[in-house]
Amino acid sequence: MNTPPGRDPERLGAAPGDVKPLREAPPIGVQHAQAERLLKAWKTPQGWRYWSAVNNSQVGLWYTAAAFAFFLFGGILALLMRTQLAVPGNDFLSADFYNQIFTLHGSVMMFLFAVPLFEAFSIFLLPQMLGARDLPFPRLSAFGFWSFLLGGTFVCGSLFFNAAPQGGWFMYPPLSSQYQPGIGNDIWLLGLSFIELAAIAAAVEIIVGVLKTRSPGMRINLMPLYAWYILVVAGMILFAFPPLIAGDILLELERLLHWPFFDPDRGGDPLLWQHLFWIFGHPEVYIVFLPAIALVAMMVPTFARTPMVGYGWIVLAAVGTGFLSFGLWVHHMFTTGLPGISLALFSAASEAVAIPTGVQLFCFIATLLAGRVVRSVPLLFVFGGLAVFVLGGLTGVMVALVPFDFQAHDTYFIVAHLHYVLVGGAVFPVIAGFYYFFPLVGGKKLSDRLGRITFWLLFIGFNVTFLPMHLSGLLGMPRRVFTYAPNLGFDGLNLISSIGAFILAAGFAVFVWDVLRPKGKQPYAQRNPWGAGTLEWTAEMPDKPWGIRSIPEIDGRYPLWDQPNILRDIDEGRFYLPDAEEGKRETLITTSVDAQPIQCLRVPGPTWLTLFAALFTGGLFIFATFHLWWVAVASGVLAFAIIIAWLWTGTALIPEKEEKNVGLGLRLPLYRSGPESVGWWAMFITMLADMTAFAGLVFGYFFYWTIHDDFPPDPSPAPSLFGLMLLGAVLLLGSWGLTVLVRRWNQGDRRAAFYGGLPVAVALAVAGGATLLAGPWHAGLDPVSHVYPAMVWLLVLWTVLHVAVGVIMQGYCLAQRLAGRMTARYDIEIRNVTLYWHFVALTVAITVAVIAGFPLVA
Amino acid sequence: MLVQIIAQNIRRHRIGGLTASQRRLASARSGRICCRRQGRKVGSLVVLGSLLVLAGCSGPLSTLDAAGRGAERIATLFWWLAASAILIWVAVIGLTVYAVRLRPEPHSQRAAKLLIIGGGVALPTLVLAGYLVYGLSLLPDLLQPAPPGSLRIAVTGEQWWWRVRYLAPDGEAVELANELRLPVGEPVEVLLDSPDVIHSFWIPSLAGKLDMIPGRVNRMALEPTKTGVFQGACAEYCGTAHALMRFYVAVEEKEKFARWLARQKQPAQAAAGPLARRGQELFLANGCGACHAIRGTPAEGVIGPDLTHVGGRLSLGAGILPNEADDFLRWMARTEDLKPGVHMPSFGMLPTQHLRALAAYLDGLE
Repeated sequence: MNTPPGRDPERLGAAPGDVKPLREAPPIGVQHAQAERLLKAWKTPQGWRYWSAVNNSQVGLWYTAAAFAFFLFGGILALLMRTQLAVPGNDFLSADFYNQIFTLHGSVMMFLFAVPLFEAFSIFLLPQMLGARDLPFPRLSAFGFWSFLLGGTFVCGSLFFNAAPQGGWFMYPPLSSQYQPGIGNDIWLLGLSFIELAAIAAAVEIIVGVLKTRSPGMRINLMPLYAWYILVVAGMILFAFPPLIAGDILLELERLLHWPFFDPDRGGDPLLWQHLFWIFGHPEVYIVFLPAIALVAMMVPTFARTPMVGYGWIVLAAVGTGFLSFGLWVHHMFTTGLPGISLALFSAASEAVAIPTGVQLFCFIATLLAGRVVRSVPLLFVFGGLAVFVLGGLTGVMVALVPFDFQAHDTYFIVAHLHYVLVGGAVFPVIAGFYYFFPLVGGKKLSDRLGRITFWLLFIGFNVTFLPMHLSGLLGMPRRVFTYAPNLGFDGLNLISSIGAFILAAGFAVFVWDVLRPKGKQPYAQRNPWGAGTLEWTAEMPDKPWGIRSIPEIDGRYPLWDQPNILRDIDEGRFYLPDAEEGKRETLITTSVDAQPIQCLRVPGPTWLTLFAALFTGGLFIFATFHLWWVAVASGVLAFAIIIAWLWTGTALIPEKEEKNVGLGLRLPLYRSGPESVGWWAMFITMLADMTAFAGLVFGYFFYWTIHDDFPPDPSPAPSLFGLMLLGAVLLLGSWGLTVLVRRWNQGDRRAAFYGGLPVAVALAVAGGATLLAGPWHAGLDPVSHVYPAMVWLLVLWTVLHVAVGVIMQGYCLAQRLAGRMTARYDIEIRNVTLYWHFVALTVAITVAVIAGFPLVA
Repeated sequence: MLVQIIAQNIRRHRIGGLTASQRRLASARSGRICCRRQGRKVGSLVVLGSLLVLAGCSGPLSTLDAAGRGAERIATLFWWLAASAILIWVAVIGLTVYAVRLRPEPHSQRAAKLLIIGGGVALPTLVLAGYLVYGLSLLPDLLQPAPPGSLRIAVTGEQWWWRVRYLAPDGEAVELANELRLPVGEPVEVLLDSPDVIHSFWIPSLAGKLDMIPGRVNRMALEPTKTGVFQGACAEYCGTAHALMRFYVAVEEKEKFARWLARQKQPAQAAAGPLARRGQELFLANGCGACHAIRGTPAEGVIGPDLTHVGGRLSLGAGILPNEADDFLRWMARTEDLKPGVHMPSFGMLPTQHLRALAAYLDGLE
């Protein structure tokens, strides 16, 4: 990184921690005036305008509430299933309805509860933990939330019309593609793809947040473990969700247009879906598990009254788990008939992932031993979770062994195993997190008494429900059955499980009551009620909307324990940004490793644009599900217009001055572009996800080629395909090269070159895109006839879609400069667009190499 | 135990669900489980769990009541894994309880780090290595194909029944449905595929499961070690009636099996008695032969199960009904109620006496 600008020369190179707060607090009158201006800038909108808020503390709260509501919905579905299975041969639910319910139960718990809840917690907590006022893209969080709420309601609501998906949460074709013609599976594919996009948006927000908005001095090895975990998880989302989106595209194209990706009669292969699904599906387990463990990693030191032992070990273990989790997916496919060597390799890899998990658990236990434990309700849930999770982990080690999996796979043994893992590894820690962090929401604690009752009901109910399922499975009860025959040995076990489910539900009822009960008379909790050491506990009780009164300089992992008087100094505004002189919302941007401050970032305030953008984007997906094409297109156009308005009015605004005094003698720029701007990072990270989805499609091409002799079919496609693809590539790479030049010309303020070059780049891109489309068209490739032409068309369409977006971006830059909103100095847009075009160029090169080049080599 | 009792009770080639005595036995067992559960304290759930495992690991679908080479090996593996898992669980939770409930004086950082290395790295690495060596050493044996010349059976999973074809070395095939008969002590090769969606072929007492995937053929070797009647089930969710896609497996002495196979090769026996003859006429008149084949008659349909010797089978409707004349009648009259989503339409609109005649005919096809 460059030298931070505006640093006091004496302080350049100063070790973090050397920077001291102001020796004298500003006079009381000044403090009050500062606080008032800050409050005004960060004020939450009132009345019905409340829903236009974008601030992380509001959006995080809504997100949490919505995710938890979906959790309760999924829980009710589970109760219906347990009622149906209480006795053999029951007719409480019809087969089709049961199949819808178990499909939704899995989908809701994974896509609408587990992943969004962690995003919700992170949006709410992360800025507080890092000492930031907000995350860098508050409107993106709000957009993600509204998309999530809409998509989730759509998917869940389908059940009330008996139109819910019933292909299982894993949606295996050909069952899901050709044998379930209703719209249920389309709802699943389109509704959840929409939510997956929201999840990726949240991941981008979180990665940039962790890397760029930490308090000064909070070097990467000092940041709270939660931030480490969340960084790893957000990275995993970037690489895990896109393959699923790629799979969703293939499956929806097969359902909608009969492109035969999974139809063996026309060269397709049902196993490709399983690979794509589980490349997502296995990391997904860790995407759910790691954030919950992250909560534990925040609570354990607090209640052990000592810093975490083995901080470095935990970070390594979390990163290791993240990497390993991508190498395990085949253990969901042990019974598909793969060769023994693959089975053995993936079996070993699956066992190996237990080691980093063990390291993390033992770090927690070691910390408890190194300190002196203070008992509390959150800790009780942590222990309950540990007891449950360790058992789930051990059965996981069992089923990771191929031979045992041959028997256990797709039986109730797996149902028991995965619930032990997910409830012990995620739900218990999350409830612990609710009890622990609840004072940050309204300033009041949840009840200790009700907490203990909740705990015992949940713990007993859970074990009564799921422990017997291990045996049901071993006695031969398959999963996903709407009923079973009597006298096979598992009648009694099922009845016990059903009784347990209702005990479990009672526990959640008590918990919900504890959260919702009126707390009017209850006094506010004292500040930092658990005696924790991390920054989120600088919050006042009740908290103010500004996030933190002044942004401190940090020199340890537990600033509230390590730095004397830090609370006083923060409150009296002795640190950075104690004021909002211009009435703008501001936070500090720091370097990603050393956390040296480099920019004062203005973040946008309340707007309705995000809500409407989400509404109409949702409309595009939802109307498309019902084949209302024109309404869907209209909705999509509106969404597009609103998003452009949002970008135009809310992003990369030119500030009224170059620099600002942020306090403690530090002046920071208000605008940075290129790799030092948060927007550039967001674009880069988003495009990594985009390339991963593309890699999923290319993987599909080579999967077919490896496994099927008729791919590509003989005779190979016409030479005109080769020629047109090559020509298209030349034109598109020309557009890319010109865009790079235009960025330089803009920087050099060469107006004529800029205004001359950019339209040519647009023209080249349009011509190149059209040429690419002409390739398979001219060669007469019919995507319905065989999987090869379908794959070629898909790669071309994917590329052309990216080119189209690139053309819009080029046009946007032209308009920005014409309107005087982009200049040679303030050039975020053209820099980000150039970055985007680098990835387009890569996509074009790969597509053309695969389609035109590969058949020659092969 | 239960399996042997069942075996004794099906001497007449038929098991009408379970007999009354087995039902009593099974319900007594589940009753015992309930009483035990109520009597125990919560803290001893794990102890209770292991008791439960010991109390009831038999059953016609049980993986632990092994009667085949594969299942036996895997059951042994399971017991080792389960025992060590319980030990590890007790140790880890014991350590945590010690840290929290007894609140010892703070340990040194050095001791804490040693614990992380010992408990978090060294111990799991050793245990997992042991598991892998044991588990993967079984794999070559479990995946080994049946030796050349073994009996070959092609099983096709279809929504929601099983097409079974015994392949003779000369290329001839004998088709039946929803049951397998196997000679004890001999390896058998089973070829698995599906014309519609993915199913999974699973006889828990004999071996692990293997998927039936459209567009490919998976091969599995079975080697039963005990005679008896077992059950199988589809283990991959395959649509509406996935839960009702089951079948029976009878493992018999070699001679008995050979006699059975020889009989299966014969065309259907002629309808005996006026009612059955009337049934045969109705079978053809109502177009049943469009979907079902009865060898030796004009019925040559290939869509549904072959019914040539249906009266001699162990079950109806893919393992969901016993095989008596009354059950044929119930099945034909309301297929959709008994198996939601089934492709065979209900024939409840036929007069009852017609259904009776049809049932008599089919029941007589032994």
